[in-house]
Amino acid sequence: MSMIVRRSPLRTAGKYAAIGFYLIFALFPIYWLIKIALTPDALIYTEGTRMLPSALTFDNFAAVLQSDFLGYFTNSLIVSLGAAAGTTLIAAAAGYCFSRFRFAGKRAIIALLLVTQMFPLLMIIAPIYKIVAGLGLLNSLVSLIVVYTAFNIPFATFLMQSFFDGIPEDLEEAAMMDGCTRFQALRKVVFPLTLPGLGATLGFVFTAAWSELLFALMLISRNDSMTFPVGLLTFVSKFSVDWGQMMAAGTLALIPSCLFFIFIQRYLVQGLTSGAVKG
Amino acid sequence: MARLDLKDVSKSYGNVEVMRDINLSIGDGEFIVLVGPSGCGKSTLLRMIAGLEPITDGEFSIDGQRMNELRPRDRDIAMVFQSYALYPHMTVGRNMGFSKEIARAPKEERAREVAQAAQTLGLDRLIERYPRELSGGQRQRVAMGRAIIREPRAFLFDEPLSNLDASLRVEMRLEIARMHRKLNATMVYVTHDQVEALTLADRIVVLEAGRIQQVGSPLELYERPANKFVARFIGSPMMNVLPARPGAGGLRLPDGAVLDVAGDRSAGEAVEIGVRPEHIDVVAPEAGDMVVKAEMVEHLGSDTNIYVRTESERGIMVRAHGHLPVRPGAEMDLHFQRDKLHLFAADGTTIPRTGAP
Ligand SMILES: Nc1ncnc2c1ncn2[C@@H]1O[C@H](COP(=O)(O)OP(=O)(O)OP(=O)(O)O)[C@@H](O)[C@H]1O
Ligand SMILES: [Mg+2]
Repeated sequence: MSMIVRRSPLRTAGKYAAIGFYLIFALFPIYWLIKIALTPDALIYTEGTRMLPSALTFDNFAAVLQSDFLGYFTNSLIVSLGAAAGTTLIAAAAGYCFSRFRFAGKRAIIALLLVTQMFPLLMIIAPIYKIVAGLGLLNSLVSLIVVYTAFNIPFATFLMQSFFDGIPEDLEEAAMMDGCTRFQALRKVVFPLTLPGLGATLGFVFTAAWSELLFALMLISRNDSMTFPVGLLTFVSKFSVDWGQMMAAGTLALIPSCLFFIFIQRYLVQGLTSGAVKG
Repeated sequence: MARLDLKDVSKSYGNVEVMRDINLSIGDGEFIVLVGPSGCGKSTLLRMIAGLEPITDGEFSIDGQRMNELRPRDRDIAMVFQSYALYPHMTVGRNMGFSKEIARAPKEERAREVAQAAQTLGLDRLIERYPRELSGGQRQRVAMGRAIIREPRAFLFDEPLSNLDASLRVEMRLEIARMHRKLNATMVYVTHDQVEALTLADRIVVLEAGRIQQVGSPLELYERPANKFVARFIGSPMMNVLPARPGAGGLRLPDGAVLDVAGDRSAGEAVEIGVRPEHIDVVAPEAGDMVVKAEMVEHLGSDTNIYVRTESERGIMVRAHGHLPVRPGAEMDLHFQRDKLHLFAADGTTIPRTGAP
């Protein structure tokens, strides 16, 4: 007797329709970005709402690559990687402590971290500017790395804590019984199991820093230390906006984020701890 | 191998005291089983021995050497966790050889020892697998293998079999007994399972609410429990305890039966009488101590458990050997084996028997 439950074709179709709708919704802006980047300038306004342009050109990309864009790009890469690495390192250490140790003032520190997340950035932009100017770090990429790291640490810490919470303490204790010091247990057992968490945190901070505009605009005014989002604004001149080049630059800016996520996505795969403990 | 000594050990979390006055000497090569109700401190005691939990007060020593301040790695003790705690990112082989890897043993030596342990535990074909690709029983074996390879001074087990199904438990129980005989190592074993405790232990330690109630061989605890708690905790089904009053000719039970036994008066007044289900006989009408009505009957094949009610609606469990054709609702006569009765004082301690009054 066959007991196979057949899914109704209608439900299957509905499911795919929902997924399709979501994909179109999420990907349409990216399509539009690439489309305009490839449309010759002359056609941008005349064919503004057509789904497919009648002619294609790579002139915009060529122009962008000959401009200061590569400099912005490099600056952004330095800032984003620096902030991501710094934040993840500090957040991992803090998250581990929150997850594993009991100490005086733990609740107060957690509360403080939460409070810092409540203020709108606009409120602290002036004080930050004053501090950075006082340190003589205006127009330096270091200031951006430090500021981004500081802003992302609270959230990243909670993120890392939740990943550490997900690793059974038994594993560390077993490692210590097997002859490890606490630090060895951390390095040989906990660290490999936290790779998904580290990957997620790195990715989160990287993208946040990559697209940050407000502080980059305030703290950087010299052309050779501009990051990419600020540089993008230079395509807006007083009299016109060079849409084609702007979109071409935007398309290129997607590349590092994509590469970054392709690289870390294998660490994001869940279920790495399965099999450690029963069930 | 090693002798473990706990002297006046106590443990507090903040100002909550969870263990106190723990005095226990574990001989070299001895198999000690810790039993007790949930939350009584079995795991805590084990973890203090392992060094995973600091000892609040008192001293723990191995072979006379104080251990309190030593880290787990310096105590040379292996532990098998209830959750197995296998490293999920390492193969079975690397899991088992991890302690040797940390100790920087040469690779060939490590591989040889892992292969040998895997052979003993029937894991030789699983060495390249990851823990997630194993069944519960296989994971359990890997956890044991990991402990064996260390060649530690003592083994600790925290309910190692409680996640396994019944038949696998029996098999692993025998495995552990075999392992103990072969290695002749000191072992401390926590369990909830009566059968495990009674079959594996050289001595059983009964804990309640953070205190040791009694230490003794399985037979000692069964035959001469120090108090009502131990009497009821050891043995299955549980010992029956009935209120009793001293009267003419012995102890009077609530339903009028008088049992011709007496306790040592100097140890206190007996207020309760304890009798194990297997020490009550079903006898011919008029020949017993009391008449009861059968309420539930469980036929186990080798034995028959009969749950009966006395006239005063008190429940008693009777265990008869073999198959006894009793129907629920039937009346029957019970006889209490006199030499197997236990007497308890008001505070629960056992009163020594002095024979007939
Ligand atoms: N970190 C802690 N803080 C406060 N109390 C604790 C802590 N850990 C354990 N306890 C308490 O210590 C007592 C003993 O706990 P333990 O885990 O040793 O019990 P157990 O006998 O192993 O129980 P089980 O059979 O359920 O495993 C319990 O009452 C528990 O509530
Ligand atoms: Mg426990």
